[in-house]
Amino acid sequence: MGMTIVEKIFARASGQTQVRAGDLVVVEVDCAVMLDMSFHKHQRREILKLHDPDKVVIAFDHMVPAPDKDSAEGHAYGRGFARRFGIKRLHDVGAEQGISHAIVADRAYALPGTVLVCSDSHTCASGAFNCAARGIGNPDLIAALTTGKTWYRVGETIRYDLHGALRPGVSAKDLFLHLAGTYGHHTNQNVEFGGVGLASLPIDARRTIAAMGAELSAEFATFECDDLLVDYVEARNPAPFTPVAPDPDAVYAERRAIDLAAMTPLVALPDAVIRNSVPVAEVAHERIDQAFIGSCANGTLSDLAEAARVIKGHRVAPGVRLIVTPATQATYTAALKAGYVETLVEAGAVVTSATCGACFGGHMGVVGPGETCITASTRNFKGRMGDPSARIFMASPATVAASAVAGHIVDAGELAAGV
Amino acid sequence: MTGNMLAGRTWTFGDNINTDLMLPGPLLLASEADQRRAVFSANRPGWVDQVQVGDMIVGGLNYGMGSSRPAARSLRNCGIRALIADSINGLFFRNAVNFGLLALECPGVRAAFTEGQTAEITLEDFTVRNRETGAVLKALPVPQMLLDMTLGGGLYPHLEREGLIAPR
Repeated sequence: MGMTIVEKIFARASGQTQVRAGDLVVVEVDCAVMLDMSFHKHQRREILKLHDPDKVVIAFDHMVPAPDKDSAEGHAYGRGFARRFGIKRLHDVGAEQGISHAIVADRAYALPGTVLVCSDSHTCASGAFNCAARGIGNPDLIAALTTGKTWYRVGETIRYDLHGALRPGVSAKDLFLHLAGTYGHHTNQNVEFGGVGLASLPIDARRTIAAMGAELSAEFATFECDDLLVDYVEARNPAPFTPVAPDPDAVYAERRAIDLAAMTPLVALPDAVIRNSVPVAEVAHERIDQAFIGSCANGTLSDLAEAARVIKGHRVAPGVRLIVTPATQATYTAALKAGYVETLVEAGAVVTSATCGACFGGHMGVVGPGETCITASTRNFKGRMGDPSARIFMASPATVAASAVAGHIVDAGELAAGV
Repeated sequence: MTGNMLAGRTWTFGDNINTDLMLPGPLLLASEADQRRAVFSANRPGWVDQVQVGDMIVGGLNYGMGSSRPAARSLRNCGIRALIADSINGLFFRNAVNFGLLALECPGVRAAFTEGQTAEITLEDFTVRNRETGAVLKALPVPQMLLDMTLGGGLYPHLEREGLIAPR
């Protein structure tokens, strides 16, 4: 019986010839990613052994630079941990700082055909790299670090066959909002992306879609490998890898054809993304207090380029805060060299250093009581970005940037046309 | 047969109950005691003062979508004996196993219970019974390895016994 991408990766990683939906598999982990949160005094446990320090990556990302003394203490503990076990891939505050999933992308630590774990739900972002990547709990992560293994209940797979290409001004985030709005949650299911339209999606766009797989409530969100991905990985990581393609007779719960050219700018209404998307025009009257662009889903160089393109020649509306957070310091540097940061800052945006900060209501962009925020990040749950009475709309970086200029939600196309 | 029967008063919730409702972001790095007090503070203020040890949660579809944060631990710290939902997010289920919270997927359970009714869970055959109405539903079986981990108090005690982490 044919297997999907993740089923084939699990078969290899569990030493079996066949894996199918419904199985419980115990697999070898190829890469285990720890966060600063792993070392916070209220979360950490003292790890006595590591299975293989060379399979470990540490990325300080949620609380960087340390906004409080407990975070600072956790960072110091983490540095000591890295020294003690000889972990070479430590991404501390500085030039190598970044959101873990984006670091894993920038450095191509997530290799095609491999198994990657991290104690953050958006670990599925690395599915863009043809990698079986999934968020697990902190106890799970410690088990993976110490035993080299983890378990999965293998879910059935929904296959999305892409064709066509996104139109200018329409982004991967709009595609996600379409999927969440049309098909709802994918609880206990994997999603797999491929098809002739894949070639039209840059790696950054695939990263956005894969990261948002968590918001479909999917298990794994995995992309097929193509030449674009092979070139991307080889340019960043000398390690050998073997891409995994689904079998021609792979068993899917359903195949859904998606015409990328039919996508349009959408907005998710506050509190949820599941079946909660509407056309931008439907909420165009909504005034905003804050606009945010960032996170593992929308802090890529493409996202910053799109925000800069939309905002060039405009200014952020009085009374609105536009906060932009590149996903890594390397992305920040690239955006600086490309002139995006200058455009954004001159328009009145605040560009922060790379962190998960505002996306999870942690720091550098927390929203207050009764405020309205439009965000290009991962989640709009009630209370997600700060006070539970705040309303959080979710949209693409272009829509968010345009809304920051208008002071209310607006389609970027309309802003450009001066409507 | 009744040796493995668990019973508890139920609290009912709808579809798509997310982790941030159970463990709000601002409390992400707080103590377990402070996290416990914040459970459902945004959608159901005061619930933590009413819930009693041994109660159960009955949820709808896609229970626990969201973050990898230890929201299951907060439910356990509230005294919740079991979670039964129409479907459960895979990451939340993992954390339920990790922190020793019995979590069962049971299609149709939300519609079968009115808040306050008593649920009876029999683990031998994974059935859920509504004591008041007599309705019996079939839950999806949990693999033995994961059930053992759950009922054994979760993953940390196991890792301690194996000498992989220090006892606390």
